Amino acid sequence: MNQGWFYYAAPQTFYGLAGKLWPWFALLASLLAIAGFWIGFMVAPTDAQQGEAYRIIFLHVPVSWMSMIIYLAMAFWSVLGLTLNTRLSAMMTRALAPTGAMFAFLSLWTGALWGKPMWGAWWVWDARLTSELILFFLYLGYIALTSAIDDTRRADRAGALIAIVGVINVPIIYFSVKWWNTLHQGASVSLTRAPSMAQLMLWGMLLMALAFWLYTFALVFYRVRTIILERERHTDWVNALPEAKGSTNS
Amino acid sequence: MRWNDWAEFWVMGGYALYVWGSVGATVLLMLIEVWVAKRQHLQTLSMLQSNHPSSTHQGS
Repeated sequence: MNQGWFYYAAPQTFYGLAGKLWPWFALLASLLAIAGFWIGFMVAPTDAQQGEAYRIIFLHVPVSWMSMIIYLAMAFWSVLGLTLNTRLSAMMTRALAPTGAMFAFLSLWTGALWGKPMWGAWWVWDARLTSELILFFLYLGYIALTSAIDDTRRADRAGALIAIVGVINVPIIYFSVKWWNTLHQGASVSLTRAPSMAQLMLWGMLLMALAFWLYTFALVFYRVRTIILERERHTDWVNALPEAKGSTNS
Repeated sequence: MRWNDWAEFWVMGGYALYVWGSVGATVLLMLIEVWVAKRQHLQTLSMLQSNHPSSTHQGS
């Protein structure tokens, strides 16, 4: 650790570190998801207003949070990549994008399945829903743009710009229910006031959110190792890996 | 557990389509994502192995 963060920012060292970490994140994510599902779908009481349909909250809120957090992480890595020129930054941004896109899609999907029984509509052009749809398109735009440009460095720079410019959309999503008169309900959990939900419901939601967060860590660490191998395939250290030689691999 | 039996659990107070549609899509997409990531990793590894400088290791 005394070599500092730059030591682990080298793809070679991060490859090893990520390889050690992802199985633990995967294990913890699975355990927390089981606990969260148990509380949310088995133990938590029925909602007085929404009946059992409210249970979608245990997926909808965590996936929506993750869709925003992952975009923030992509913007963070992009700023780092453009300013410090660290190789790992763009690889992390690329590894994050598919999972972010998946969570943004799930946010819209679970939202539609919640909106239909509660509002009578799968979709409305409301500020919260529309800005989340834009977030989903930003993820797709990032993936399409970076995979359309053959030159890796140029693709990384173009992707970083999309990630940084698009990040303005994240606070718009978050505050949309305050700034505009929307059909979407206000925040269930806020940093500034007590949560407007029962303790058990809150715990179910927080456990699921933590499970998805760890799932993201596990998958991104796994995926970034693939990206590192692809990009560093001509280096000696990659060719020295037992898994690159194929001798120990089945 | 707040359900009297499994049937009540699956029915979800009449909102089965919406609740299980959400759960199902989440689980399915996560499984697909994990499967795709694993496949890409294995493809990259086999690409590395076939292009390895010491191709004499190849054989099995």
